[in-house]
Amino acid sequence: MKTIAAIATALAEAGISIIRISGPEAFSVADRVFAFPGHPERKLAECAGYTVHYGHIVEDGHRLDEVLAVVFRAPKSFTAEDVVEFQCHGGIYVTKRILRLVLDNGASPAEPGEFTKRAFLNGRIDLTQAEAVAALIRAENDYALSASVQQLSGATFRAVKEYREVILNETARIEAALDDPEHLSLGEEYPSALAELLTPVRDGLIALADRFDEGRVVSTGIRTVLVGRPNAGKSSVLNVLCGRERAIVTDIPGTTRDTIEERVRLGDMTLLLMDTAGIRQASDVVEQIGVERSFAAAAEADLILYICDTSLPLSEDDRTLLAKLPAKPLVVLMNKSDLTPVTTEADVRQAGANGTFVTVSAKTGEGFDELRDVIAALFAQGKIRWNEQAALTNDRQRDAVRRAAASLTAAIGSAEAGLPEDFYTIDLLDAYAALGELTGETIEDDLADRIFEKFCMGK
Amino acid sequence: MRGWEETYDAAVIGAGHAGCEAALALARLGLSTILFTVSVDSIAMMPCNPNIGGSSKGHLVRELDALGGEMGKNIDKTFLQSKMLNRSKGPAVHSLRAQADKQAYSASMRKTLENTDNLVIRQAEVSEVVVEEVGGKPHITAVRTVSGATFHVKGCVLASGTYLAARCIFGDVSMPTGPNGLMAATHLSDSLREAGVRLQRFKTGTPARIDGRTVDFSKMEIQEGDVPVTPFSFSTDPEDVQKDQVPCWLTWTNEETHRILRENLDRSPLFSGVIEGVGPRYCPSIEDKVVRFPDKERHQIFVEPEGLYTHELYLSGLSSSMPDDVQQRVVRSIAGLENARIVRNAYAIEYDCLAPGQLKSTLELRAIGGFYCAGQFNGSSGYEEAAAQGIVAGINCAKHIEGKAELVLSRSSSYIGVLIDDLVTKEHTEPYRMMTSRAEYRLLLRQDNADLRLREVGYAMGLVSEEEIAKTREKKKLIDAEEERLKTAVAAPSEEMQAYLRAQGSHELKSGVFLDELIRRPELSYEGLAPFDPDRPLLPADVCEQVEIQIKYGGYIKRQMEQVERMNRLEGKQIPEDLDYTLVPSLRREAREKLIRFRPANIGQAGRISGVSPADVSVLLVWLEQHYRQTVAEGNDEP
Repeated sequence: MKTIAAIATALAEAGISIIRISGPEAFSVADRVFAFPGHPERKLAECAGYTVHYGHIVEDGHRLDEVLAVVFRAPKSFTAEDVVEFQCHGGIYVTKRILRLVLDNGASPAEPGEFTKRAFLNGRIDLTQAEAVAALIRAENDYALSASVQQLSGATFRAVKEYREVILNETARIEAALDDPEHLSLGEEYPSALAELLTPVRDGLIALADRFDEGRVVSTGIRTVLVGRPNAGKSSVLNVLCGRERAIVTDIPGTTRDTIEERVRLGDMTLLLMDTAGIRQASDVVEQIGVERSFAAAAEADLILYICDTSLPLSEDDRTLLAKLPAKPLVVLMNKSDLTPVTTEADVRQAGANGTFVTVSAKTGEGFDELRDVIAALFAQGKIRWNEQAALTNDRQRDAVRRAAASLTAAIGSAEAGLPEDFYTIDLLDAYAALGELTGETIEDDLADRIFEKFCMGK
Repeated sequence: MRGWEETYDAAVIGAGHAGCEAALALARLGLSTILFTVSVDSIAMMPCNPNIGGSSKGHLVRELDALGGEMGKNIDKTFLQSKMLNRSKGPAVHSLRAQADKQAYSASMRKTLENTDNLVIRQAEVSEVVVEEVGGKPHITAVRTVSGATFHVKGCVLASGTYLAARCIFGDVSMPTGPNGLMAATHLSDSLREAGVRLQRFKTGTPARIDGRTVDFSKMEIQEGDVPVTPFSFSTDPEDVQKDQVPCWLTWTNEETHRILRENLDRSPLFSGVIEGVGPRYCPSIEDKVVRFPDKERHQIFVEPEGLYTHELYLSGLSSSMPDDVQQRVVRSIAGLENARIVRNAYAIEYDCLAPGQLKSTLELRAIGGFYCAGQFNGSSGYEEAAAQGIVAGINCAKHIEGKAELVLSRSSSYIGVLIDDLVTKEHTEPYRMMTSRAEYRLLLRQDNADLRLREVGYAMGLVSEEEIAKTREKKKLIDAEEERLKTAVAAPSEEMQAYLRAQGSHELKSGVFLDELIRRPELSYEGLAPFDPDRPLLPADVCEQVEIQIKYGGYIKRQMEQVERMNRLEGKQIPEDLDYTLVPSLRREAREKLIRFRPANIGQAGRISGVSPADVSVLLVWLEQHYRQTVAEGNDEP
């Protein structure tokens, strides 16, 4: 049984975050990152169950955070396994750093719903809850799967796909030669050629994993997209949102996706405004965001803010957009309340919008407190599925990238050491499978298909 | 209806490679068995390539032999040439392949069958299977022949090969015959459908045979066998297989060959749509190769003897379903074959076989008790794949009749396990050929250790003799002892040692090391280090081979064993056979449909079904746990 770890609380800026480590190695993993102040010899492994300990999370001799460590001993824990929970105070960024440290010290990232699954399988959850447990596992997996693919930027996704192609092609080449040695031969130079081919792939993967490490791929928050016809006031709304509470407004240039995201603090929540590049660049008169692009962004969002110019009648553009909005939580901003309203809530509803309505004025700032409360309510009611799973997915993606890189390192090493080809195809296939976790693809019959497609086999 | 009636324990339908192994297993396990064939003269016939073994197929033969099968012994008696393929690669992919004398192979197998107690051979076309309720479940109770004779049985193995509703095609000629112009089995398909068995149509093909007297061998490359020859069977004395071997020949197609094929593509029934069956991608026809790989300037053609009894030669690489005249011109465009005369045409063959999702891992049909299936009928291709299934079906049919536990070989135990698991859990759209890449634990599943892996299984099943199992156990003891010894035997950094290491391109010793560490270096070998190991006992060659492999590749082997352990935990979680998947909440629809169709025996198998995701497996685990707890709770309620 693997020892797993994940952030067990919602990834909010406020309050305490809990990192849960569960499994047979929970204590040894925890002890590798946790230090009792003034008592370096003490170990959590020696502490009794149901005890709380003050201490520090230490990375390379540096103190990362002050935490409380709660010790649970099997079977008296949520999962009925040995569990250590760290209560951290340092905010999202530090919490994620700690989780990565834990993962680098022997824990595996938890699968979606895995704590609950283990709790159930170990008899900790009542039989009557079985159906709910199954539904939870299902929902979290489906969400993580779509989030995982969505989270990769176009460029990263293409790079990973290309890496997979290279790996599959070479594996197929080797396997074809093994299966049909009389028709196909690799030649003496092949191992060194392979090592040369794989080295940049491996290095690319290591660079990718490092980017995860630096947190540049971190993109937590409610992914929100502003939709509206040209001139409805999207950029003004954006400015109000960014300008009002500029707690953490950061630009994350194209490393995670090809567009710009901005992070906006709204009350206790973080909105991740997506695809704002177009809005920023566009002049007030002619906005360049096309209908199509709005839809693409909306499809990936957790929340849609539709901006409606109430001073004018609904246009054709409005009707097209409203009719085709994806089924996501929707808040309609009835903008320009400072002018005489022409369009009413009923008009917009009739055009197909089925959401919550807030009257605002980007010019005067009126209504934005209500907007915050509305979004907070949607969140509290669980109507917005925040991408906390996606954040979790991030760690699983990083884990997969690192495993793939390690497998390629092993394959390169075996090729250079002169081991027979059939040994390093094991590593190649491991790398291929690990990268498939990123792109949401499984192995199935890829290899056999590729062998037959590329190589002329047999009698 | 009046007619002849007889009673046996078991019937085997078809005397190809699967049927022969199944019948032998049944009879050797003491069950009275009748073996049906459409022609007694075609027992263990090789209607296509004249060889046994090859990459991964050689593994199957070795494993079959370890279990107590016949194929390995039979080819050792009748081969013309033998080679260990992939010798330059790792030990896991070394694979034996032997050219067979087709007639001798068939005759020798027939003799073995005839000399086996409890076994009756009968030439007749089985046209009907009789299925009746036995203990509330459909069960096979008899088979009937075209002439109306009834044979009452408690179990049967269907190994109909490519004979069911067979059709042979080349050009615009289409004939309702089985392979080699033999009679097809035209009635049984209907009876199977009536019994609720779903069938599908597959296609395969074979190249032309030519008259060896019309071939100019001086224009070809000679291909000779290994000296010394390694036997297939663990029971064969290596001395007995050292003999004069017959060469094969290598030539190539050329631009002219490809031009003829391209210009006549419209006359190929494959391209014109006359053939509906799905053909195998690993064994494409020459016209298919020319179309799919237009950049390839030439394709290899191996010219192989069919036997010592004939001048006929097999043209490996030249499968085709082109009309006569095109075949003639294609053959004659090839170097060395300018004047070649065709003896038999190439043809494609279509046949009925089992649609996926109907078999248990024991090879019994889920819907009909006592009804086992093996070989090409199950959607596989190849003599070796067929034989491997044959022995498992035969053993399990016998165990079923005796009410004993049946044999399921895991993927980590053998290529046979991989083969059957793939056939049982996967949707296959073309005949399934074994490939080494299909075996995920192949470093453990080597042809050299098939006896160590499976002899005990064969012994437990009752097909391996006391004498043979004693031999294997002794071998294992010697290997273990030598591995242990090498862990503590020290090699000193002597002058001689350092000189030897330098000569091998290996780095010198700084201090004494254990010998196993030196063996692990890729550039050194167990044998080469003998002079520095004065205490080494005198050991048989096969023991030395195992010791070296186990030590040299120990790291990789250990990794695979850990993977196997993880997989075994999932395989250990059984799924009730009658599980109603519609009651399991939160399964995705595709997963539910697949699970209903394939009815996996355990969680490991469920996870391998395409369309069943890890989340579905988790959901299933939760359900099974719930089910288990409920059962326990209910059990407690009872007084």
